[in-house]
Amino acid sequence: MRFKKMIAGLAFGVSVLAANAASAVEIEYWQYVFESRVKAMDQLIQKFQAANPGITVKHTTFPYAEYQTKVAASVTAGQGPDVVQLFYGWVDGFLAGKLIQPLPKDAFPHDKIEAEFFPIVSAMKRNGEYYGLPTAVRSLALFYNKKAFQAAGLDPNKPPQTLEEFVAAAEKTVKRDSAGNITSAGVTLDMAGQDHQWWREVLVRQNGGVPYTDNDRKVAYDSEAGLKALQFYVDLQTKQKVGLAGFMDEGQAAFKAGLAAMTIDGTFRLGAFSSIKAFEWGVTELPADAKGMRSNYASYFANAISSKVQGEKLEASKKFLAYISSPEAMDIWLKAVGELPARRSAAMTQENLSNPIYGPFLKGLEYAHTTMFVDEAAQRQTAIDMVNRVLIQKQDPKASLAEAAKTEQAIIDRAAK
Amino acid sequence: MTATALPVKSGRVLDRLSLRQKRVLWAWTFLAVPIVFYGAIRFWPTLEAFALSFTNWNLLRPAAFVGLENYKRLLVDPLFWQVFRNTFLYLIIGTPVSLVISFVIAYYLDRVRFMHGFIRALYFIPFLTTAVAMAWVWRWFYQPVPIGVFNAALTWFGIPQQPFLRSTTQALPAILAPAVWAGLGFQVIIFIAGLRAIPTSYYEAARIDGVSEFTILRRITLPLLKPTIVFLVVFSSIGFLRIFDQVYNMNFNDPGGPLNTTKPIVLMIYQTAFKSLDMGYAAAQTVVLFMILLAVSLIQLRILKDR
Repeated sequence: MRFKKMIAGLAFGVSVLAANAASAVEIEYWQYVFESRVKAMDQLIQKFQAANPGITVKHTTFPYAEYQTKVAASVTAGQGPDVVQLFYGWVDGFLAGKLIQPLPKDAFPHDKIEAEFFPIVSAMKRNGEYYGLPTAVRSLALFYNKKAFQAAGLDPNKPPQTLEEFVAAAEKTVKRDSAGNITSAGVTLDMAGQDHQWWREVLVRQNGGVPYTDNDRKVAYDSEAGLKALQFYVDLQTKQKVGLAGFMDEGQAAFKAGLAAMTIDGTFRLGAFSSIKAFEWGVTELPADAKGMRSNYASYFANAISSKVQGEKLEASKKFLAYISSPEAMDIWLKAVGELPARRSAAMTQENLSNPIYGPFLKGLEYAHTTMFVDEAAQRQTAIDMVNRVLIQKQDPKASLAEAAKTEQAIIDRAAK
Repeated sequence: MTATALPVKSGRVLDRLSLRQKRVLWAWTFLAVPIVFYGAIRFWPTLEAFALSFTNWNLLRPAAFVGLENYKRLLVDPLFWQVFRNTFLYLIIGTPVSLVISFVIAYYLDRVRFMHGFIRALYFIPFLTTAVAMAWVWRWFYQPVPIGVFNAALTWFGIPQQPFLRSTTQALPAILAPAVWAGLGFQVIIFIAGLRAIPTSYYEAARIDGVSEFTILRRITLPLLKPTIVFLVVFSSIGFLRIFDQVYNMNFNDPGGPLNTTKPIVLMIYQTAFKSLDMGYAAAQTVVLFMILLAVSLIQLRILKDR
């Protein structure tokens, strides 16, 4: 009896689902958990559904640590999301696993993408096809503690603009105890944070080199420029003694606690720093070199359509993806998350550019580079180890640089196989 | 299977069985639950891991058979040997140190009557604390001035501050210390139970014969404590060979660092599998860890039991 009832119930459920499916399309959107991003997306979905009756979007999130694994496992099994968020550095992996499909050209013409988005979206292009579009992008800037600047006799409204001024400001703001131990850093040294990006895409270039060649498949920083960049970085601890790797555990923690006058970090840190009450802080562009040359590192999460989607779900997914990459969505995202619009027109408004916080990040986007990582965690590790070998083991920077280049090249070569 | 089949045929089949057979049937019925559970949850995935270790599966591509490729790669991977060395350092330092300390504590605590329960509870509390929470607290203890407790004390005495977690030589012992401390409570309790289980008549006889305390310890207490010691050695060795939480959380931004000097095998497996998504290679590492655990346990059981 009970069994029959169950069957009946199941049949009813299936028929209801089928009836719903006939009248409306439901697509599933996946991203990782980050409170402000989840809230912003909920807001976007609400607006999208209001404008597109007949399409519902189911929003599913996972912790970042297991996000990639879940996406891969479920899409391979023919389940999972229709529209999926992914880090730009995962594209090759997702393509190799056939997890995502090229964006249909009718809805996303290439000439329009290239004209309207920042050039860094080219990191989503493979074999002449775009595989995803971002809502927002992130870049780096120099955060500085205005209170510490003032206390050191520096003008809190004139942050350093060149590397020379940057080092000078660090030397003025650093505080040490009688034994010479740093009690408040001039600048944070945290290779595990954003410093490895700063070193790779900014310092190496400012010293006249390039970090990679051949579409970032050949390591090129084992050069005079790379060595100068590394030397400049480690000198901050060993020569000028304005920072200490591991001070306050993390660079951002030191800055947040008011125990570091400057730190290099990204737009994604704005949320955490906005809760600082003890002092006022400012943002400025990453310091230029002596010739005024600047560089930056930009990254983003893009949204893509998963490979299994077709038919009316594909049509719905196209509409949804177009909406979440629209200027309107970008504006909502900027206000809710603090991440910069990926379209030039939405980003470079007079209002945004004159914003003291967004302005420097936006200016950075114009000259930013985007490293095509094959395994971001492993490649970051080689940079961390390179600096540690010099700082902890007192290895010769040249030897350490060569070793890092060799290790990273091996990681890239292995991934290419 | 047997459980569901029983009621239907109960009339005929059950009556024909002898009492002994019925008992056996009952026993197997109950045993079937854990066996099925362990088979499905533990042994089957273990076998799968063995199979996986011969493939190049990376989660995104379908797996292809590569033979012993992963094991060959492991043999020439300098990181693996470094990690191998670290893991054994955790074992070789951690096990004896924690056992000696916990035995000494148990030996004297057993004689203390004053607030015995309270003191024992104090030793046991760290064992109840989450390893992650503890690791984070200790991580801050080890920081340089102005926030690190240890370095603040050192500088107060005029001793130069130590890098601790930022050193290639000090980091491993620094991580081991809270791990030993956390396991102490459990080992003390087991030791006390072992000490209490020794019949007092042996001690009385020894005292009547006028034997020294040290001889009593060496000739009576330790030999009779052997089963407890065997258990604790095996148990804590496996624990140290599988150390992960402390290492991962104490150098959170560079897990296993600096320069891989604190990375144990389990952390390497985790990073290979879930950061680089190199499942086949990670499975091979898991198989090697399994072999090591098996070998170490068997050797220890042999050495400590037969003598």
